[in-house]
Amino acid sequence: MTMVQAINNALDIKLAEDNSVVVYGEDVGVVGGVFRVTDGLQKKYGAERVFDSPLAESAIAGTALGMALSGLRPVVEMQFDGFSYPAFNQIVSNISRMRNRSRGRFSAPLVIRFPYGGGINALEHHSDSPEAFYAHIPGLKVVAPSTPHDAKGLLIAAIESKDPVIFMEPKRIYRAIKQEVSTDKFSIPIGKAKVLTQGTDVTVVAFGAMIRECQRAMVKTKEAGISVELIDLRTIYPIDKETIKQSIQKTGRLVVVAEAQRSFSVGSELIAIANEEAFLHLEAPPKRVMGFDTVIPLAQGEKYFMITPERIFYEIERTVKF
Amino acid sequence: MIFEDFNPSEDKILRIIDNDGRVIRPDLFPEISDNTIIEAYKAMLYERVADGMAISYQRQGRMFTYPSNKGQEAIHIAAGMLIRENDWLVPAFRELGVMLAKGVTMKDIFLFFNGNEQGSNFKNAPRVLPINVPIASQFPHAVGIGYSMKYRKEDDIVFTFIGDGGTSEGDFSEALNFAGVWQVPVIFTIQNNQYAISVPVHTQTNSVNLAVKSVAFGIPGIKADGNDFFAMYLVYRKALEHVTSGKGPVLIEAFTYRSEAHTTSDDPTKYRLKDEETKWGLADPMLRLKKYMEHKGIWKLNEDELIKKYKEEVDKQFLEAENFAPYPLSDVFDHLYAEMPDDLKRQKEEYEQFLEWKGGVK
Repeated sequence: MTMVQAINNALDIKLAEDNSVVVYGEDVGVVGGVFRVTDGLQKKYGAERVFDSPLAESAIAGTALGMALSGLRPVVEMQFDGFSYPAFNQIVSNISRMRNRSRGRFSAPLVIRFPYGGGINALEHHSDSPEAFYAHIPGLKVVAPSTPHDAKGLLIAAIESKDPVIFMEPKRIYRAIKQEVSTDKFSIPIGKAKVLTQGTDVTVVAFGAMIRECQRAMVKTKEAGISVELIDLRTIYPIDKETIKQSIQKTGRLVVVAEAQRSFSVGSELIAIANEEAFLHLEAPPKRVMGFDTVIPLAQGEKYFMITPERIFYEIERTVKF
Repeated sequence: MIFEDFNPSEDKILRIIDNDGRVIRPDLFPEISDNTIIEAYKAMLYERVADGMAISYQRQGRMFTYPSNKGQEAIHIAAGMLIRENDWLVPAFRELGVMLAKGVTMKDIFLFFNGNEQGSNFKNAPRVLPINVPIASQFPHAVGIGYSMKYRKEDDIVFTFIGDGGTSEGDFSEALNFAGVWQVPVIFTIQNNQYAISVPVHTQTNSVNLAVKSVAFGIPGIKADGNDFFAMYLVYRKALEHVTSGKGPVLIEAFTYRSEAHTTSDDPTKYRLKDEETKWGLADPMLRLKKYMEHKGIWKLNEDELIKKYKEEVDKQFLEAENFAPYPLSDVFDHLYAEMPDDLKRQKEEYEQFLEWKGGVK
């Protein structure tokens, strides 16, 4: 399965087993989404459960909250990362706060999915990596899978979560990776990172589309005799401090790889964890291999902004040789 | 006054010529010279040729995703002929003909859709904002500029555009409300081309039409046939008179049809029927204008020759865009702040060190 198919399969399973699940957003119904993630679901489950909404992200998020407060489990789509911003007010002001505001009388079990990230030669607002905005908001969970298998398991867990989940889908690898994925129901716990490769010299933490880039870089690190421990964060918040801490304590070095602008980012947070949890084990300054603090350029300038395996190798090598 | 005669609450539509190019409302036919009509047709033809070529460059892999304008030229050219030199244009992304009329070049357009921000740096069009991607978010900007024109006692006004889908966004209603309260000199145009990507208008709104949304905000609104050049020409002329005389904003719904896909990434066969496309094809704005000109005996253009000439011109513009200087690293950093923060300078330097290590840009 590709990631698109795996996400579709997760939605299919939840729609089939739970009548309270509804799926909507712009172009989500009839055509099955601009990336065809919801393809065929309206036909199978009807337009009352899988449908096109009017074009208004704030209202998509706000109505999802209303549904979640009254017994439904909405899974809504923002068409692109950069189009989640009109919904930001509902997310930061209400969705994330309703449980706390009502002292637990209400909760907001809903999922907001959107494709994120660059590398597809897109227009402006179609290539952003806004995880830091959402991870910064108390009351939200933020998830970003790196494989079809993980996307399926994490999405099922997200739909079953008692709290709202921002589900970020790395659009660049929507169809780029094919993998055996069981069509049975399974879930992957939110809040747990995964050590993909054991290593001793340096801990590399990434998520989403950057995992593949790290694995490509690791062909070269292997040749260079550098032993990399690669951790797939899978969930950005709640962040799995324990796994990260143990790894840094073992390797003494941290390199974070992510597409987003580096300042005030997931990378910043991971370095804080390294300092707070593994300070005495550090043998080199932790490093962020991340985007510049600029707007992600249009297609012709993306080559500078996007993190390449070469750049990952370069920074890993410098960190190890420090 | 057309804004009273075509009350959008009654779902009336202003139409002057029919699909056969016959004048059905001679009483409303605008004052316009034959020469201007010929120029209008030529401008529509240029837009259509340029637009079609953009799509073919995209298909050749020489350009990235591009949104077609086909079928909506009457709106663009009518607005483009009446927008004045110092009026502002606040576009969305499907107003090619208006942008060209304001001095934007096809080279700019090609550069932009080929992934270079320099394509938004319109050298010849100081009062045209860049193409605006986040739906409806340009509407409040137009109102702000309108306020500014009014405050500075300038006679200049603002033209802004949105699609049918955009009318569902909060920014649409918020902007119209402000415009009504502030009585700003703005002409708002909704290009109702029947689809927001795949979503038809009836899924977008329960309103009888889109012009009627003006009623709630206390501003004049009118629904006009966006495929009828004369209707659009009349509407823009009347709107201009209204707005420039200090009577506040106007909302126009141009009822039209997106003949092509939403963009080159879209496949309309998944959501609309061939019959519908065929039916709208009969209402094509260029076809109708041409028939009118034939009836009137003013059709003298050698269209094939013009197309050939325009193709050559457009291709020249495309080649200029294609051969534009390679995108330098500095373009990523230079335009973010008036003065670059030190840390950004450092990020750039560090990246240059990396480039040196790997032996230059590939």
